[in-house]
Amino acid sequence: MPRETKHYRNVNENPCNMCMPMGGILPFKGIEDAMVIIHGSQGCSTYMRRHIAEHYNEPIDVGSSSLNEKGTIYGGSQNLFQALDNIRKVYKPRLIGILTSCLAETIGEDVEGIARDYLKQRGLDDFPLVAVSTPGYGGTHSEGYWLAVKKTVVALARPTEKHDGINVIVPNLSPADIREIKRILELMDIKYTLLPDISETLDRPIARPYTKIPPGGTKVEAIRRMPGAAATIQFGITVEENVSPGRYLQSQFGVPLYNLPVPMGVEATDMFVGLLAGLAGGSVPKTLELERGRLLDCMVDSHKYNAQGRGAVFGDPELVYAVVRTCAENGLYPAVVATGSGNTGLEDLLEPVLADCPGEVRFHNETDFAQIRTTCRETGVNIAIGHSDGKYLTEKEGIPLARMGFPIHDRVGGQRLLSVGYTGTTMFLDRITNTLLEYKHKNYRAAMYRKFYRNTGIEERGHTSLMGQAFGSEECPQLIPVLRGELR
Amino acid sequence: MINVSTAVPNDNLIVERQSSILVKGRQRKNQLKCDAESIAGCVSQRACVYCGARVVLNPVTDAIHLVHGPIGCASYTWDIRGSLSSGSELYRNSFSTDLKENDVIFGGEKKLARAIDELVEKYKAELVFVYSTCVVGVIGDDLEAVCKAAAQKHGIQVIPVQSSGFIGNKSAGYRAACDALLRLIEPPGGPRPLNNGRLVKSVNYLGDFNLAGEAWIIKDYLKRIGVEVNVVFTGDSNYRDLKKAPEASLNIMQCAGSMAYLARRMEVLYGIPSMRISFLGLEDTAASLRRIAAFFDDPEMMRRAEELIEQETAAVRPEIERYREKLSGKKAAIYVGGGFKAISLIKQFREIGIDVVMVGTQTGREEEYQTLHDISDDGTVILDDANPSELERFMIEQGAHLLVGGVKERPLAYKLGVAFIDHNHDRKHPLSGYVGAVNFAREVYSTVCSPVWKYARDVGGGLYAAGNKALPER
Repeated sequence: MPRETKHYRNVNENPCNMCMPMGGILPFKGIEDAMVIIHGSQGCSTYMRRHIAEHYNEPIDVGSSSLNEKGTIYGGSQNLFQALDNIRKVYKPRLIGILTSCLAETIGEDVEGIARDYLKQRGLDDFPLVAVSTPGYGGTHSEGYWLAVKKTVVALARPTEKHDGINVIVPNLSPADIREIKRILELMDIKYTLLPDISETLDRPIARPYTKIPPGGTKVEAIRRMPGAAATIQFGITVEENVSPGRYLQSQFGVPLYNLPVPMGVEATDMFVGLLAGLAGGSVPKTLELERGRLLDCMVDSHKYNAQGRGAVFGDPELVYAVVRTCAENGLYPAVVATGSGNTGLEDLLEPVLADCPGEVRFHNETDFAQIRTTCRETGVNIAIGHSDGKYLTEKEGIPLARMGFPIHDRVGGQRLLSVGYTGTTMFLDRITNTLLEYKHKNYRAAMYRKFYRNTGIEERGHTSLMGQAFGSEECPQLIPVLRGELR
Repeated sequence: MINVSTAVPNDNLIVERQSSILVKGRQRKNQLKCDAESIAGCVSQRACVYCGARVVLNPVTDAIHLVHGPIGCASYTWDIRGSLSSGSELYRNSFSTDLKENDVIFGGEKKLARAIDELVEKYKAELVFVYSTCVVGVIGDDLEAVCKAAAQKHGIQVIPVQSSGFIGNKSAGYRAACDALLRLIEPPGGPRPLNNGRLVKSVNYLGDFNLAGEAWIIKDYLKRIGVEVNVVFTGDSNYRDLKKAPEASLNIMQCAGSMAYLARRMEVLYGIPSMRISFLGLEDTAASLRRIAAFFDDPEMMRRAEELIEQETAAVRPEIERYREKLSGKKAAIYVGGGFKAISLIKQFREIGIDVVMVGTQTGREEEYQTLHDISDDGTVILDDANPSELERFMIEQGAHLLVGGVKERPLAYKLGVAFIDHNHDRKHPLSGYVGAVNFAREVYSTVCSPVWKYARDVGGGLYAAGNKALPER
C-alpha cells in the first residue's frame, strides 16, 4: 500500500472539523438529568447549539456564562457563578458540565477552582460539577468529546464494590447506533453501564409532558460504580492515552480494558460479540448469527459494485477508521483518508487493513476541505463518505456523498442512521452501494457514448437529445468527472 | 404598579429576566428592558459580535472572508446562509487562520499575514475582510497594522472587522460590519457629499441579504416603477458595486437592526437620505413602493407603482385568501432576530387571519419595542432576549399554534406540538414581496394545518388523562 501524508498550512480553507467545546457538549447530553455550560462569550454556546440542533432535530439547551468585556478583564468567576445559579434554578439538573472556551482559557480562568469555590459557597458538597478544559485552539471536537467523557469518569468514579457489570464507553455515534449496541448487550444478557448514552436524549420520542432535560442518559450513580465493573469495553482505538476514560479506569481502579474498534463490519463486530460471549461465558444467540449471515449475504450481493468504488473517507478519526475498515472488507478501498484531527495514529492503525489495497492511499491529518478536494480530484475518487460538509465535494467535483457521522445538516435523520453491529453494517453497506449505483446509472450512458462513439468521429445524430440533456453539465456537476473521462 | 412577577408569575422565571418581559395591557409602556447584555446561565438564543458582523458582510460575493482565530468560528459559519450570487462564489468559502496553542501564546500576526498572502495569491480577490475573534481581542494582535501592510503589498483592500465576541452582543457586530463597509465605500481623499453627479432615481437597498433571491425580486419591482438599484447592502453585492454606493440618491432600508447605523453615517458623510421600508407582506410591500415613488415625486413613477401593486396583488390575492380561510383565528408566536422583522410579521399574520400572542426578538431596540407594543393586541406577551424555557412557557400559556423562529427554536416548537415557520438566513425560498407573501401563507398553512398534528399532538403520557391543560387546545 503506497501512502503519502500531507500536513497543515497557514490557512484553513473550509474546515473539516469543529472545536473542542463542541465535542465536549455531546457526552453531557448523554448523562441523565445533566446540563452543560460553556464558560465564554455568548456566541460559542449559541453556535454550537444551532449546529447540534440541526443534526439531531432536538432542542439543545446549553448555558453560557456570557462573558463580557468586564469579565474578560477582571475574571469571569462571577459570571460563571450566576450561570450555575440560573441553570440550577431553571433546569434542576443533577450534574452540570462546565466547558471552557478559547476566551476563558486565554484569560487564564481556573475553572476547576471556580467550580470548587462555587460548591463550597453554596454548600453543595455532593453536587457533581464536572469542569473540562476545552480551549477551541487546543484540539478538535473529537478530542473535546473524549476529554469530557474522561473528566466525567474522573469526577464521579470512586472505589466501589466489585460487580459483574461491564462498562461500555462509546465515541460519538448516532443514537440509533447506541440503541443497537444496547440491543446486542441485552441479547447477550450482559449487565452494563454505557457512557455516554444519547440514544434517548438526542432522539427523543414525541411524548407528554415535555421536560426541559430529555429523559434518558447514563445514570450518575452507574458512572460512580464503573470502577467496580468486571471489564471496560471502549470503542476508541484512535483515542490517545491521556484522554482515554477506559485507560483511566484501568490504571486507577484495575478495571481490565478492551479497547476495540467501533463494531462495524464483520471483523470488528465479531470482536465485540466474541468478547461479550467470552465475558459472559455464554454462546452467541441465534438472532445474532442470523444477522451475521445476512450481512455476509449483503456483502456477497454487492461486492462487485463495491469494487468499483474509490473512496474519500473523512471525519472523526474513530469513525474514519471504522468506515475504512468496513469498506475494505468488501473490496471498496479508499484513495483519501482524511481527518481534521492531528491524530496521526490512523495511518499506522490502517496499514494492516489496507495491506491488499491495490491503489495509492493518501492520508491527511489536520486537513481542510480544499485539500481533500484537490486530492479527490487527483486520485479519481468516486464516492465520499462522511459528514454533510462533504456536500462541497459533490458541488465542486461531482463526487456523490454517502452521509455518515456528525454533523448532517442538509438531510434529515442523522440521528437515525444505523451503521453498527451486523444489521447496522448491512444497512450502511446498502447505502454505500446504492450511492455508487445511482452515480453509475446517472452517468454511464453518456460516458460510454463519449468514450466509444463520439471519439470514432461518427456523426452524433440521433443522440443530440440525449446529449443535450446529459451534457448540460453546468447544471449537472455529477457529469464533470464523466466529461473528464474519469468514470470507472 | 403591576410588574411581570405578578403578571406572569412562575417558579422557573429568573428574577433578572422579569424586566425584559411584559404583557400588553397589564403593565405601563416602556417598561421593557432591551439592548442589554445577556444574563449568564439564561440560555439566551443570541449569538455574538462575530456572528452579527459575519451575517452582514458574508453576502459580499467576491470578497475573501478570513476569520482570524481558532477554527470553531469559521467552522460554524461555513456557507450556512442562503444568500445567492449572480457572480463570484468566493464568499461561500470559510477561511480561517486556525490558531493553535502556540499562536495564542506567541501571537498570530505573522500567521495572519501569511494567510492573507496565500489566499490573495490563490483567489486573486480585490477585497479581504479579516474578522477578529475573542482570542485575538485578548492576545492583542494588531489587525489594523497587518491589514494595512497586506493591502499595500497586494494593492487591494484588506479591511479588519472588529468582531471579538466578548465586546458586546450581535448588534455590536452589525456595527462592526457597517464600519467595515464604510471604509470600503470611502472614496480616495475621504468622504464628501456628491451634490453634482449624483445618480437620479437610483437607490441603495440596505439590509437585504438576497436570501433565495429576495433582493432580485425587489430589484425587479423597483425597475418596473423606474427606480434603479445602485447596490444592495449586501445581498449579491461585490467590490466594484459597493464602491459606487456614494452615488445613489436614496438609501432604502429593510433590515434596520443591522443597517440603521450605516444609513445614518451615509447621510452624514455623503448626504444620502434614508427611508425605512419593508417588503414583507402585501400591505408593507405596497406601502413601501408608494413611499419610494413619493420620495422621487414623479407622477409617472407613482402611476407605475399603482399599476404594479394592483397587478401583483390581484395575482396572489386569491391564493392568499384560500389560506386565510383555513387559518383564520389561529394564534402565532414570534421570536426573531430584529425588531423590524417582528413588526412586519405581526402585520403579515393579520393579512392571513392570524393573531400574534407572543412576540420577542434577540436584538430589538427600544423604539421597535414601542411599535410592537402599539400594534399588539391586549394580552400579547412581549419579550426581549428570550430563552427556551420562556419560549416554551409562553407558547403553551398563550395557546400558540405556530412559532416563527430560527433553527434552534424549531425542534422546541415541534416537540411541544406547535407548528413552525423558519424565518432565518438559511431558508431556501423567498419571503419578500408578492411572491414571498404567497410563499409565507402557503408555508404557514402547510405547517399549521398539517395532518401530522392529529397524531403527534394527542400522544400518550398521561397529559390529557390527567386533565393537564399544558398544551394549547386546537
